[in-house]
Amino acid sequence: MLILTCPYCGVEADETELSPGGEAHLKRFGPGSSEEEFEGYLFMRENPKGVHFERWRHAYGCGKWFLAARCTMTLEVFGTYPAQTTEPPKKIRDAISAKRPGWSWGDFK
Amino acid sequence: MSEAVSALSGASYDGIVRVADAGLQGMIQLRGNLGKAAVKNAVTGVTGVDFPAARQANVNGERGILWMSPDELLVLVPYAEATQAVETITMALKKEHHLAADVSDARVMFSLEGEGLREVLAKLTPADMSRAGLPVGEMRRTRLAQVAAGVWLESETSARVIAFRSVAHYVMGLLTHSAQPGSEVGHF
Amino acid sequence: MSTRLPTGGRLIDRDTQLDFTFNGKRLRGCAGDTLASALLANDQTLLGRSFKYHRPRGLVASGAEEPNALLGLGKGSRFEPNQRATTTELFDGLTCESQNHWPSLEFDIGAVNNYASRFLPAGFYYKTFMAPRAAWKHVFEPIIRRSAGLGKAPTERDADRYEHFHTHVDVLIIGGGIAGLQAARAAAATGVSVMVVEQTAHWGGRAPVDGAEIEGQLADYWVRETVESLGKLENVRMRARTMGSGVYDHGYVLAYERVADHTPDDDRPRHRLWKIRAKQVITATGAIERPLSFAGNDIPGVMLASAVRDYVVNWGVSPGDRTVVVTNNDDAYRTAIVLKEAGLDVPAIIDARPEVSGALPEQARALGIAVHAGRGVAKVLGGKSVTAVKICAQAGEGAPVDEIPCDVIAMSGGWSPVVHLWSHCGGKLIWEAGNAHFRPNPDKAPTGHAGEVFVHAAGNANGAMTTSEVLADADAAGKAAGKAAGGKATRKAAPKAKEEPSEPMLPVWVMPQGADIKLRGKMWLDYQNDVKVSDVQLAAREGYESVEHTKRYTTLGMATDQGKLSNINGLAVLAGSLGDDIPQVGTTTFRPPYTPISMGAIAGEARAELFQPVRQTPIHTWHEAHGADWEPVGHWRRPYAFPRDGETVHDAVKREVLNTRENVGLLDASTLGKILVKGPDAGRFLDMLYTNMMSTLPVGKCRYGLMCSENGFLSDDGVVARIDEDTWLCHTTTGGADRIHAHMEDWLQCEWWDWEVYTANITEQYAQIAVVGPKARMLLEKIGGMDLGKEALPFMQWAEGELAGIPARVFRISFSGELSYEVAVPASRGLEFWIKLMMAGEEFGVMPYGTEALHIMRAEKGFIMIGDETDGTVIPQDLGLNWAISKKKDDYLGKRAQERSHMTDPDRWKLVGLETLDGSVIPDGAYAVGEGENANGQRNTIGRVTSTYFSPTLGKGIAMGLVHNGPDRTGEVIEFPTLKGGSIRARIVDPVFYDKDGEKQNV
Repeated sequence: MLILTCPYCGVEADETELSPGGEAHLKRFGPGSSEEEFEGYLFMRENPKGVHFERWRHAYGCGKWFLAARCTMTLEVFGTYPAQTTEPPKKIRDAISAKRPGWSWGDFK
Repeated sequence: MSEAVSALSGASYDGIVRVADAGLQGMIQLRGNLGKAAVKNAVTGVTGVDFPAARQANVNGERGILWMSPDELLVLVPYAEATQAVETITMALKKEHHLAADVSDARVMFSLEGEGLREVLAKLTPADMSRAGLPVGEMRRTRLAQVAAGVWLESETSARVIAFRSVAHYVMGLLTHSAQPGSEVGHF
Repeated sequence: MSTRLPTGGRLIDRDTQLDFTFNGKRLRGCAGDTLASALLANDQTLLGRSFKYHRPRGLVASGAEEPNALLGLGKGSRFEPNQRATTTELFDGLTCESQNHWPSLEFDIGAVNNYASRFLPAGFYYKTFMAPRAAWKHVFEPIIRRSAGLGKAPTERDADRYEHFHTHVDVLIIGGGIAGLQAARAAAATGVSVMVVEQTAHWGGRAPVDGAEIEGQLADYWVRETVESLGKLENVRMRARTMGSGVYDHGYVLAYERVADHTPDDDRPRHRLWKIRAKQVITATGAIERPLSFAGNDIPGVMLASAVRDYVVNWGVSPGDRTVVVTNNDDAYRTAIVLKEAGLDVPAIIDARPEVSGALPEQARALGIAVHAGRGVAKVLGGKSVTAVKICAQAGEGAPVDEIPCDVIAMSGGWSPVVHLWSHCGGKLIWEAGNAHFRPNPDKAPTGHAGEVFVHAAGNANGAMTTSEVLADADAAGKAAGKAAGGKATRKAAPKAKEEPSEPMLPVWVMPQGADIKLRGKMWLDYQNDVKVSDVQLAAREGYESVEHTKRYTTLGMATDQGKLSNINGLAVLAGSLGDDIPQVGTTTFRPPYTPISMGAIAGEARAELFQPVRQTPIHTWHEAHGADWEPVGHWRRPYAFPRDGETVHDAVKREVLNTRENVGLLDASTLGKILVKGPDAGRFLDMLYTNMMSTLPVGKCRYGLMCSENGFLSDDGVVARIDEDTWLCHTTTGGADRIHAHMEDWLQCEWWDWEVYTANITEQYAQIAVVGPKARMLLEKIGGMDLGKEALPFMQWAEGELAGIPARVFRISFSGELSYEVAVPASRGLEFWIKLMMAGEEFGVMPYGTEALHIMRAEKGFIMIGDETDGTVIPQDLGLNWAISKKKDDYLGKRAQERSHMTDPDRWKLVGLETLDGSVIPDGAYAVGEGENANGQRNTIGRVTSTYFSPTLGKGIAMGLVHNGPDRTGEVIEFPTLKGGSIRARIVDPVFYDKDGEKQNV
């Protein structure tokens, strides 16, 4: 049962106040994209054992979507940040590097 | 019959706290840029209370402003004034991108009175209901058992709960169940 | 015989006598008794029968680890099976019964299994019931089901109430023994908030029983003082009768408070489930004594040495007159000494260790107790109770050297720390060879939210064995947890205790060491599930090397006690059989709850009318008063139909359809989702969300729209109304409002965050009433206030005004094909408006109609329904909805997916209408079959029914379905086999059955 801090309203929310939204930082491919691009967007996921970036909505709260960096093994949370970004902020990446040197995830490291 | 009726028609229950349908309350959902002076002026104008800081509930009687999210407020005015207040806000924010909607009828408001109200609520919400966890005047949006709710304390012995109208009976049931005599926990 | 001693019993009040019954027998106990101690005081040593062999069973333990004394407690609406006598507090009027026997506890037919036990070895069920397959269903399963399960299920509704309670605390301490109390003291001194929970009704744990002395005082005194001083601290909360049930991620802990088990009928909730968020957790859960494996160790009267001591010291009960102590360690000598000092007979202490010296043995010898070193038990004599014990050399094969008459055997195989809660969330263990037990590995502790260690074990639970070690360990744990939770370091030293010198124990897993198969077949490991040493050894011989597999094969540790007594002994036997070290074999997984918790506690308030939120429309009470037959739609309750007196639901539906088509009907459509979308980019946003164009919708008009997921599948539909230049009102399906609102916010927040759009879900602000039928306009004109004529409000437009003095927004839309207005009024006036319509409509023959009439009328018109015609694999193109898909737009959600080869495949099943040849109704979910068979030898399918009804309007069965090449096969007859055999033949037709040109809705 996770606790994640909503970066919008600051509430340390209980997992039961949140709804999960799958992997973060997907790049949308629409009409005109290749089969491979679209397949990647729609189906291919990192599913890592370790550092992961994911989407959560503070559903029973301020209603905002946010992103979380979390270890899928230990459930350690490296940080949460607003959804209006296409990549994890440096602060979050530094926090992960401090705990999991040499980590990588998709194109990020 | 030609009067508006609240979801529970004023039902109440006396247990370890008193739980009551607080009756019709004007509520306006306002979404907009809360940093803008025009937004602040519009809502303080119709309510006469100070603009709230993040997660605060500034309420004075039937008027108040509840901070709901970084771009959302719930503006409280007397029920009869809600339609007019929406118009006033809309006029004031004509030049601002915003959304103001009368949601008075979409909600039910409960009042909880009594020493045990923190405990009654702690049976239903995962939020920290201790004095340190939810100080008087702080707005907490959370869930009560299986439905969304907003909660704030007016004092240590008086709290308000807002929930959706369709689940008014369910929430009344939850609060009644939790406030039954003999249910004192003695924890906070 | 077991009896109440004339003196002693630190927990009982002899002046308060309590009456209770066991199997109908009237018995008497004292306040402070557990049910177990009260039964023993009444010489009730036979308490039940074992699960598999129906062997007679008595008390083994005195606490949560008890495997045998499971009773049916209470009566009627308060009956509950499998209640542990050792953890049940006695109260006046308690009734209980023994379980798992027939016809009586003393004479049990099932005990024949005992004599057949050599035919019921480990894996018996697996081996026996493999074949023939048919026999499983008709022979084996019924027999096994009848003999399975302990106790009886309650037959009445639970009379009690339950609740949950959430709290947040800095340091949670599980266990209120001296370790828990000292840890609490140390943690509280750092200034953080502390909560201590203790599963029993008493603080102090075992220390007072074991004669510990702390700071020069008896443990009892120290406990009392400490509890009192902790109770005065603002930052400490203490709760007895509250068991730490499970430790989960991020400091989440469940604790189970038995509020009123001991005071039924006092109007308190029976159980309270605590949902605790702790920054730091200390498990001060103590240790459990291990049984010894010798032949006949399950005969009533064979008990744990510590339990024997507990009964004497805590409750003033002697389990028997003559007790032989069997041990491999010093601690059991305390039992011999306690018994002797209570004036009871201890004819011998049988110690497996070849040399026995040390302070405690010397004290026992000084009391005149014979100590037999290097000896073991060859065999226990007795049937329903112990009569004597044969002793032998521990190092030998079991040849008896002596026989000692006795009625109790107090055994001790050493102590195992209770590591369950430490292990729940990933804490690892290390093997401590000196004490032959697993204890928490501090280097591999459970970690929390920030990667920090969040569970500390303390005291016995951490492998500390003497009182001074326990106190020092708990003090350190309390300080560490307090500091980690943000407290300030303190320097106060741990209290000192009197030294308790002890000699090393000797691990003994089988007694005697060289016991033959006959003896090993009578050595019980798991009392409740009847697993013996020989079973585990058989499993090992048959190749079960993993402890997890052996557990499942033999059922070792799978009973309701979850192997608290049997696990370590079992895996030691397994290790011995495999020739491995114990740490290599490892333990099975410890899973919550620590001991079983009630279903009521888990449910909390969520039962009966609070089981689920039931969403009610503003008109709900009217529907209820007018006999609505309800249909759950999501969490909403909607009237399915309004049957009148003497009318079936089916007849009511028929009447409602016909009346609406002929006169006028009212539908409560308040549940439809209503979402406001506003902003300079709102049109652009809706063009992305809907498959058709919404930005071009003129103000004042309505348009039907479809929404798809990025997978291309149809997700929701509804009518969109343009309110003003930058505001649209989107209607969703009843079940779709929250989902679609979340979907909109998702795209706005996470993809197009620079677009200026706000949304608001205003579903519940309005009561929405559909006024439908040829006389709808007459009815609305009668109540008056707005011009709703054909020119003033044409089809697919909306208007705002007042109707009957109530503010209203009227949408001229139709889901039935009739002249139809959907009127939205403020929810608080919805009931008033409905009643006004009903009264005014009397002269027009107005009747309410429910969801079934709604469904039929839309099917007659060939309108699709989300959830019927769609199932998450259907795209709008399958449903002939191409007209609602914009060709002009470069993009909308789902567009790219709809270009995938599978989606454009001409072989996709497509929507058609189906008309049965004989007028009957095709069953729901029926499939149409075609030529040939598939790889599994089943008929090939060529289509399926998605909606099927009897049409009252047309007087025959109509249906919609998805059929291979459907639209191209109009006129063809296809076949739907039915479950009863035979099949229904239906002709493929246009899905619009009624008023194909749409003239009626346009009048």
